[in-house]
Amino acid sequence: MSRIGIAFDKARAEGRALLVGCMPAGFPTVEGSIAAMTAMVEAGVDVIEVEIPYSDPVMDGPVIQKASDIALAGGVRTADALRIIEAIAATGAPVVTMTYWNPIERYGVDAFARDLDAAGGTGLITPDLIPEEADEWLAASDAYGLDRTFLVAPSSTDARVAMTVGHCRGFVYATALMGVTGARAQTSAAAPVLVSRVREVSDLPVGVGLGVGTGAQAGTVGGYADGVIVGSALVRCVLDSPDLDSGLGALRTLSAELAEGVRNLSR
Amino acid sequence: MSADAMAAPAGPFPDAAGHYGRFGGRFVPEALVAALDELDGAWRTAMADEAFRAEFAALLRDYAATPSLLYEARRFSAKLGARVLLKREDLNHTGAHKVRNVLGQALLTRRMGKRRVIAETGAGQHGVAAATAAALFDLDCVVYMGEVDTQRQALNVARMRMLGATVVPVTTGSRTLKDAMNEAMRDWVANVDDTHYLIGTAAGPHPFPSLVRDFVRGIGDEARQQCLDLTGALPDAVAACVGGGSNALGIFHAFVGDPDVRLYGFEAGGEGVTTGRHAASITGGSTGVLHGTRTYVLQDEDGQTVESHSISAGLDYPGVGPEHAWLHDTGRATYLPVTDDEAMAAFQLLCRTEGIIPAIESSHALAGALTIAPKLAAELGREPTIVVNLSGRGDKDVHTAGGYFGILDKEQ
Repeated sequence: MSRIGIAFDKARAEGRALLVGCMPAGFPTVEGSIAAMTAMVEAGVDVIEVEIPYSDPVMDGPVIQKASDIALAGGVRTADALRIIEAIAATGAPVVTMTYWNPIERYGVDAFARDLDAAGGTGLITPDLIPEEADEWLAASDAYGLDRTFLVAPSSTDARVAMTVGHCRGFVYATALMGVTGARAQTSAAAPVLVSRVREVSDLPVGVGLGVGTGAQAGTVGGYADGVIVGSALVRCVLDSPDLDSGLGALRTLSAELAEGVRNLSR
Repeated sequence: MSADAMAAPAGPFPDAAGHYGRFGGRFVPEALVAALDELDGAWRTAMADEAFRAEFAALLRDYAATPSLLYEARRFSAKLGARVLLKREDLNHTGAHKVRNVLGQALLTRRMGKRRVIAETGAGQHGVAAATAAALFDLDCVVYMGEVDTQRQALNVARMRMLGATVVPVTTGSRTLKDAMNEAMRDWVANVDDTHYLIGTAAGPHPFPSLVRDFVRGIGDEARQQCLDLTGALPDAVAACVGGGSNALGIFHAFVGDPDVRLYGFEAGGEGVTTGRHAASITGGSTGVLHGTRTYVLQDEDGQTVESHSISAGLDYPGVGPEHAWLHDTGRATYLPVTDDEAMAAFQLLCRTEGIIPAIESSHALAGALTIAPKLAAELGREPTIVVNLSGRGDKDVHTAGGYFGILDKEQ
């Protein structure tokens, strides 16, 4: 049984999309990131995506790169990320973890799965791990009952979509466009097509990420997807603010706008 | 190299998914998989296509000026107590072995119908080579280069621009080669439809490590035959420097099946592997995933990439191609670190004994030969023959070397 599936079911029952908000662990500090994620939950974000900062984040655009650099420069470690996950899970909000593969491999795949489970995490989004390379993670996630979210992209062939989705548990991450994370002026035309391609082969909920930054965009994406994943726009609230308090204020405002958006669907 | 030589199978490794034992593979965003599959297919069919191989062979001969010479360096040899044969890749067009790789990949780019190439570069050598091939093939070319490196290597930035390339300074992370690679990957994800990532070394996700090896393996194919012609026997050892590892793989490959030929890869030991300021991924790193492949990387306890250091910008990379990781694990090749100081001493020795200014990268291989020569002589009970890959020329390093030896006039 999927841990995050319950949250998707609840949103679906309410006739809305699920809102997933992403924040790098340890940005701007360990305590600051806990405050930021808590503020997001309080303002209506359904699921927190905790990104473990990595020195070489090739799927991330400039905003999350910069936040990751700040977190790493502040000395954040994988163990800190697990502590943050535990703190946010304690608020009752489901926590999904996003991480590039090397920090997990270095920690030990089974050990990480064990500790993520103990911290109350639901599972992992793995942006640079494809199922073909994931044997160890498939075994560890089964052993600890963790969700696993692989990515599908507009360039994925039908065969790859089916294979990838077949290895997912919890939800599928559809990358809305060919590119890296970062808010865009317009939502992607490729995303609805990709979501329906996933639906043809699976009943799993589909979350759409990349490029969403406003309540209106959240409403548009939530109109065809089960989940709306927002990262850079939220991170920017903290990154662009002169201090954490004003950052948290901006974060609450945008979170509330996005939460309103996923309840105001253009369907 | 003849077209027939290229038809020979590239060896039992990697497997179809690009694994060299536990190394290699693909650790990339799903968005890139389709492009990697396309590239894999194009490369395999191209290598099986006689017309492609003939065109590549003609370009190597008529444009790149290969086969490069195998030159017996007698005065340098006398200092070592070994017979040293230099594979003169420094005499190739653009001054290094890298021209072989860029010509092969440019041909593939055209074959795939793509109009734009992107490349990463550290010191600018691969960037210049990529810009050269792009000019020859009328392709748009964007080169990503760490901001720190654009300042250190302003002359190469100018070269790339003269050749018509756009140079983009990368201001993220440590602002060096690894960050330039990250930025190239990001560009590729966004523009994969019309763009080929012309990667500069035998690293990255499958099929790049094998594909690059196929394009540079002529170095070893030529050297093996030249050595037989010159000495009547195979060499006792082959030595090359290893950063990402393309020149070393290029010269090793032909000898992998010759059990009596010892293969030595010399990594950049920087200020010494124990100081932490080095770029020796195999001798001073650990297994990890970087830039799409599993290999040896320089990383901290949490798997964060650690900055490398070397006096040689071309070796200053915190990873290494996965085939080298595998050759190390199987024991087929031996990897040893060479410090900045050892490399510079060998640099000077070659200048003074042979009138050849080597690249500082290649000087690591020369220094390695100095180290192994007496051991080999003792082991064999005779003067050993060592083929050293002189992978590039040192013109680009005049400023660094001049500074190192303190021979620049003050006002310069």
